Amino acid sequence: MAAHAPGAGSGSGCSGAGRDTPSAPGAAMADGPVADVLLRRLEAADGGLDSAELAAELGVEHQAVVGAVKSLQALGEIIEAELRSTKRWELTAEGEEIAREGSHEARVFRSVPPEGLAQSELMRLPSGKVGFSKAMSNKWIRVDKSAADGPRVFRVVDSMEDDVQRRLQLVRGGQAEKLAEKERSELRKRKLLTEVTLKTYWVSKGSAFSTSVSKQEAELSPEMISSGSWRDRPFKPYNFSARGVLPDSGHLHPLLKVRTQFRQIFLEMGFTEMPTDNFIESSFWNFDALFQPQQHPARDQHDTFFLQDPAEALQLPMDYVHRVKRTHSQGGYGSQGYKYTWKLDEARKNLLRTHTTAASARALYRLARKKPFTPIKYFSIDRVFRNETLDATHLAEFHQIEGVVADHGLTLGHLMGVLREFFTKLGITQLRFKPAYNPYTEPSMEVFSYHQGLKKWVEVGNSGLFRPEMLLPMGLPENVSVIAWGLSLERPTMIKYGINNIRELVGHKVNLQMVYDSPLCRLDAEPGPPQTQEAA
Amino acid sequence: MPTVSVKRDLLFKALGRTYTDEEFDELCFEFGLELDEITSEKEIISKEQGDKKAEGASDVVLYKIDVPANRYDLLCLEGLVRGLQVFKERIKAPLYKRVMPNGEIQKLIITEETAKIRPYAVAAVLRNIKFTKDRYDSFIELQEKLHQNICRKRALVAIGAHDLDSLSGPFTFTAKRPSDIKFKPLSKTKEYTACELMNIYKTDNHLKHYLHIIENKPLYPVIYDSNGVVLSMPPIINGNHSKITLNTRNVFIECTGTDFTKAKIVLDIIVTMFSEYCENQFTVEAAEVVFPNGKSYTFPELAYRKEMVRADLINKKVGIRETPENLAKLLTRMCLKSEVIGDGNQIEIEIPPTRADIIHACDIVEDAAIAYGYNNIQMTLPKTYTIANQFPLNKLTELLRHDMAAAGFTEALTFALCSQEDIADKLGVDISATKAVHISNPKTAEFQVARTTLLPGLLKTIAANRKMPLPLKLFEISDIVVKDSSRDVGARNYRHLCAVYYNKNPGFEIIHGLLDRIMQLLDVPPGEKKGGYVIKASEGRRQCLSSLEGSIEKLKMGQRTCPNSL
Repeated sequence: MAAHAPGAGSGSGCSGAGRDTPSAPGAAMADGPVADVLLRRLEAADGGLDSAELAAELGVEHQAVVGAVKSLQALGEIIEAELRSTKRWELTAEGEEIAREGSHEARVFRSVPPEGLAQSELMRLPSGKVGFSKAMSNKWIRVDKSAADGPRVFRVVDSMEDDVQRRLQLVRGGQAEKLAEKERSELRKRKLLTEVTLKTYWVSKGSAFSTSVSKQEAELSPEMISSGSWRDRPFKPYNFSARGVLPDSGHLHPLLKVRTQFRQIFLEMGFTEMPTDNFIESSFWNFDALFQPQQHPARDQHDTFFLQDPAEALQLPMDYVHRVKRTHSQGGYGSQGYKYTWKLDEARKNLLRTHTTAASARALYRLARKKPFTPIKYFSIDRVFRNETLDATHLAEFHQIEGVVADHGLTLGHLMGVLREFFTKLGITQLRFKPAYNPYTEPSMEVFSYHQGLKKWVEVGNSGLFRPEMLLPMGLPENVSVIAWGLSLERPTMIKYGINNIRELVGHKVNLQMVYDSPLCRLDAEPGPPQTQEAA
Repeated sequence: MPTVSVKRDLLFKALGRTYTDEEFDELCFEFGLELDEITSEKEIISKEQGDKKAEGASDVVLYKIDVPANRYDLLCLEGLVRGLQVFKERIKAPLYKRVMPNGEIQKLIITEETAKIRPYAVAAVLRNIKFTKDRYDSFIELQEKLHQNICRKRALVAIGAHDLDSLSGPFTFTAKRPSDIKFKPLSKTKEYTACELMNIYKTDNHLKHYLHIIENKPLYPVIYDSNGVVLSMPPIINGNHSKITLNTRNVFIECTGTDFTKAKIVLDIIVTMFSEYCENQFTVEAAEVVFPNGKSYTFPELAYRKEMVRADLINKKVGIRETPENLAKLLTRMCLKSEVIGDGNQIEIEIPPTRADIIHACDIVEDAAIAYGYNNIQMTLPKTYTIANQFPLNKLTELLRHDMAAAGFTEALTFALCSQEDIADKLGVDISATKAVHISNPKTAEFQVARTTLLPGLLKTIAANRKMPLPLKLFEISDIVVKDSSRDVGARNYRHLCAVYYNKNPGFEIIHGLLDRIMQLLDVPPGEKKGGYVIKASEGRRQCLSSLEGSIEKLKMGQRTCPNSL
């Protein structure tokens, strides 16, 4: 226990992380020879010294002095260092060569003997091409095209002045300011000069200046503890601006993290999970049992995936099927029915379920067969399939969340009360309800919530009381009402994690980095930045 | 959900007042409509075809209003206005009346040839109607909305409206060989045979969608007048001869189809909406339809039905406590004229012919709730006492997911639908050996089958994430689907766990170790003895990386299992 006592945290050095990080270059030289020299020079100096000058004097890389400055800075008030940036002209590699050996045109001039030189031969010289045209325009040489064995180059003047070399030598000697602006820019255009910005430090004594700086310890070692030497050793402070090393770990998928939260909410509210592990469903359970007529547009090839194999359901509960058929075609249970010819073949057609309400229908049918009736609260979250046009927010498959309560005498007010509790747990408190149409619920209501980011009411779910034409053929008692609501899992997740394209969330094109980085899902916590992003 | 587009100013004029956009939006919300968009013809054209094309188009403000799919009575300006005015108690719902003509009744005779293709027809006459440009446009638009919705793109019902004064009854609805039908169709200048027309309309962006309804039938439906003039060839096109214009005073409407109930509803909707503009408002002249069996019927039905609902039922279903009188008043505001009768708790409700959506007391309850205002209903919590249970398979899945992540594996979420290639060819397996379920109507190859293994999804996830630092350690616990004749639908799900290790070296020991860890978590010991697990090489699958997959349902039951792709 004592080893983990409060205060044994980052400050006391149990962990070395954050000490030797890349953001403190040169830290290893904190008390190296350069730092020592710097401190001694500084002691003797009047006012301060320039890091670049010191580097030149010591004959070391400027970076080495900078490293020493930084490590001394890290020790506190030993020194003060002011960053200065100065611009300076430097020779390029080619410029260096010219300063040493003369300009290309001068080299061309020198290679031409008094009796002249064949142009073809001259062009083969290393400086030939560049030097020839420059020497020509300087009128140092001329070409005689009428020579017997091809064009021949002759000197025009006896001697010349190599200004380019002279100017470059001036620059090399640190006297670039002696050149005219025009001369410098011409040399720069020829890529012989470049202007560089040099960052140097003007170093002066700090308030705690001392030439004897002791080495700082990066880590607390067992030896220091056992010998007690840690008491007298100075320790390097932590670098808190650097990022730590993330632990190796696996990650859960953000959509499924949200699914876990929704399951949790339902369980907290006393809802039992329905089995939904059957993606393949018959049209009967998916549509007919829900009193959705056989000509309903949702039963179109354009909206639903039908199966080629197995094309038809093998078994249907025929007693119940007959009651459903009668309700559709003739009515009953107080209903006019839809008055059309109901076909068993149509009900047998297998499909990929278009909603989990198919599973709810099966669950309610099972409930109806258990006598006496016992009230239930059910939920499910699982995949559903639509043969729809795909876009940034629609895929052919998505997850549907569904809640169902069956009891004697449930009202629309109860539905709204349950929805209020459910959405409060999601952190959504401003709700309002709009009349809507749904083939299997009546009354039906769409649930809207006020979106702070979008500054408008957005639809967050659909709900209603299941129609008696759906419940009574199952055999549920007449005074039992069933309230139900549904929403998609993807939409709240996209809002929660600020994702605009559903493909970035679901499917194999997901960006694993997004999975690695996604935060915990706390639906009832204050809305974070992603929600405002959504607004934009 | 159908969207109705109305001119804002025309709407406000008909409503007798103006609204701000917000006020009108609020009114829609309360009534169960949605003001979807505020736009103009100009804006629509410029959005779809660019600013250039939009030049000169009208910039009259249009409201696009979403209407519930079962409210055919709100699909035009006339109906919307009537519904809202009654809702706001500014007018009383009109009483629609069918009247007999002074002279002879218009007759439509159905011959038996129609039986196999389009057996039903209904008809009515709008007498002394007065069209204006806006009314005419609305009339055409309503037909189009009905065609797209309740008529199921003309497959169930098709509507034809004709200038009665250009025709002479009785009319005959029959079916003929396409080559024997010849007439001048709407907006064409010469006659064509039906065969020619079907060819011409193949490239017509509007009509090409309806050709399939009759295309392959030996006989096409057609309606003639007594002089042999073609009124229409339903469900494709009307004849040009009887075309209605702004000057048409008497309109003969016929609806033909395969669904008698819907044909009657459609006719009722059209005549109730547009009889408003007849000299005798809201009266419709009857027409007689003689069926092949000799029976004759008079249309439109315009039937008013009485329903009896107890006030306490409404209160109990909505969760309010209103007096029967108040409830009757609320219902009357929804075009359901209601009064309290009998013991003072009974409400008698008259369902008008415009409200075909009211088929049960629950529909009446909903209208009472809408008129009361959904957002005025007191929210309460049901006292339903229940103990929650998790579905065992999902409970196990949740537990395992967390421990898979704790073991350093990252969760993937891949599609349940994929191509045949993904589960067969690409894994070196023959598709017939997969027992996969096949989809009959996939729009693309991505949706040919339901997956029989999770592995392809994980491999594709890796392929899409090649830029990520190695190793990649992925897992998924989700369902696969296979055919199974012991199930009622002939197929079933299995919950699988699949994991893949992807790195420069194969790392078999890592995926092997993961399996050992999973078995440890599931309390299954290694070894041949009963209840233990062993690993066997699988046949025919090339070892290209390390993965494992198996059904956790089998594990759950404590059976010995062989992960099928280790």
